Amino acid sequence: MMKNGSFTTLHNWLISEDFTSSRQARLHKAYVAWLGLLANPLAFTGFLVVLGLIVVAIVAPAITSYSPYDQDLSRALQPLSWQHWFGTDEFGRDVYTRLVYGARTTLYISILVTLIVAPIGFMIGAMSGYLGGWVDVVLMRITDIFLSFPSLVLALAFSASLGPGIENAVIAIALTVWPPIARLARAETLTFRNADFVVAAELQGAGMMRILLRHIVPLCAPSVVVRLTLNMSSIILTAAGLGFLGLGAQPPMPEWGAMAASGRQYLLDAWWLTTIPGIAILIVSLAFNLLGDGLRDILDPRNG
Amino acid sequence: MNSSQATATRVSGSSKKLLSSIRKIATSFAVILTTLFGLLVITFVIGRLVPADPVIAAIGDQADQATYERVYKEMGLDRPLYEQFGTYLVNVVQLDFGQSHITKNTVSSDLARVFPATIELATLATIIGAGLGVPLGVVSAVRKGTWVDHLGRVVGLMGYSTPIFWLGTIVILVFYAKFGLIPGGGRIDIYNEGLVEGPTGSLLLDSVLAGEWEVFLSALHHVIAPALILGYAAMAYLSRMSRSFMLEQLRQEYILTARAKGLGQRAVVWRHAFRNIRVQLLTVVALAYCGLLDGTVLIETVFAWPGLGQYLTSALFFADMNAVLGSVLLIGLISIAINLLSDIVYRFIDPRTR
Repeated sequence: MMKNGSFTTLHNWLISEDFTSSRQARLHKAYVAWLGLLANPLAFTGFLVVLGLIVVAIVAPAITSYSPYDQDLSRALQPLSWQHWFGTDEFGRDVYTRLVYGARTTLYISILVTLIVAPIGFMIGAMSGYLGGWVDVVLMRITDIFLSFPSLVLALAFSASLGPGIENAVIAIALTVWPPIARLARAETLTFRNADFVVAAELQGAGMMRILLRHIVPLCAPSVVVRLTLNMSSIILTAAGLGFLGLGAQPPMPEWGAMAASGRQYLLDAWWLTTIPGIAILIVSLAFNLLGDGLRDILDPRNG
Repeated sequence: MNSSQATATRVSGSSKKLLSSIRKIATSFAVILTTLFGLLVITFVIGRLVPADPVIAAIGDQADQATYERVYKEMGLDRPLYEQFGTYLVNVVQLDFGQSHITKNTVSSDLARVFPATIELATLATIIGAGLGVPLGVVSAVRKGTWVDHLGRVVGLMGYSTPIFWLGTIVILVFYAKFGLIPGGGRIDIYNEGLVEGPTGSLLLDSVLAGEWEVFLSALHHVIAPALILGYAAMAYLSRMSRSFMLEQLRQEYILTARAKGLGQRAVVWRHAFRNIRVQLLTVVALAYCGLLDGTVLIETVFAWPGLGQYLTSALFFADMNAVLGSVLLIGLISIAINLLSDIVYRFIDPRTR
């Protein structure tokens, strides 16, 4: 009862709009967003799956007793069983284990791409919107040129010329993902460009970087976060597509797209080899879409 | 104001209009030219990044040093980059993308051969996607919050999230391998191959034009599965977009007025609201078409569909860079062309842009 009581106090403190400190105001905002997430079952499911993916990737060695690399040809292509939940592949490796370790590959690619793309896309877009004039024209022209390629085709071409491999796949995907972020950041910046608080900061002598980072970034953040979450799904699908075509992660590294691709040769005898990694890609990408959709309703209702 | 003054004003008004529309056309022309230029820069840069030695790719690694140096010079690799780029531009303008190392044909003749198959597939998929997706989106918006809306949302999100190469593989496993309902791949049955060599390059159209119904049925049988899968992806996108466009319109006051006048639901939705989203829809249908070019690369690989995507992926596999760059450039050009086309039609049907 005591615990419950203190929980209620905390809840009341968080939900109250009579802020006594800026910290309380910030926590209030986060708490309200969290309550919104809890109230949206689909978005919350997405959140749980994403959380699950992260946990699985972190504790991978603890939840499987096999190695994702050790081959045992005498156990090749075994169907689903208690020893091998999702069967074994053509080299006798446990598919469940490779799936679990594959979560690491997927997260590695999507997080790295996002870390590269978010600041670059944001800076290009915000500078374009803030400075206007010929800077805007040049930057947006470049953005449009990149947008005019279908993204997988561009990623294919880049990773073909950089050579196959997971790092090159990350670079190739990043090159295709930044333009929509830049467009969004530009549009958001334009809406605040002539706001009084920006002009006030300019009159106080603040430089461009300071205005962008201190005043524009916080205001653009919600819609950019929503966009990045929704982007996660397309990053995962592009990465899987590259893996499927043999241009992403290289064997023997466990990657879901490549696993689905190598299973195609055994499609008739071992359906699980292709089916199960594909379902994993589908579930994770669906989860990011559900979460992004829900976050948009909560954080960025204007664009709903 | 006498009548001659009025005429003068009218003339100067219309010439101003003409000037402004000429300026608009000139601007969009400049935009297209810079985009094309950028496209060429990107493909050129991609071509230069290649770790594989282009000389060895052309003559093999058995050649002696003298031959190597001769070919190196012949390919212009000793000249500065901007000169190489100039040569590249001149070649591309003349539709010379070099020779493919695998097929031994010129890349442009290869592209001309595989291109119609991809356009046929992507167009059919866009028609399916728009035909199913737009009504679904409109109904979802009208019945917002009902089970139709939820179903539409789930169907849409699934379409966004499904790895298309995987879906294709599963469809082959179930409908070809298990039930034998569809062919295992390709564009037509072997015994029907080469019967129709038509003007359009689309087997479906050509066989109808030639009256070869058996060929038509075989081609239809082959195209149906890949087109439906790609169409599903397009449908997901289009239903979502048309839903949000419709919601935007249904919030407007003219809809309330129309309802107040006593217009029926059907007239309000289709004759008022839908009319106003046609222009926006056109733009997203064009975007969906470009997005499908991505999907065709994967789906063609899965269904052994002899189009641009399969050509591109097999070229990638053998590091045939001329073929890769030619295909990528062509796909970029198609994207630009489609967006341009939608822009033109947009101006045509939207009175506000006239």
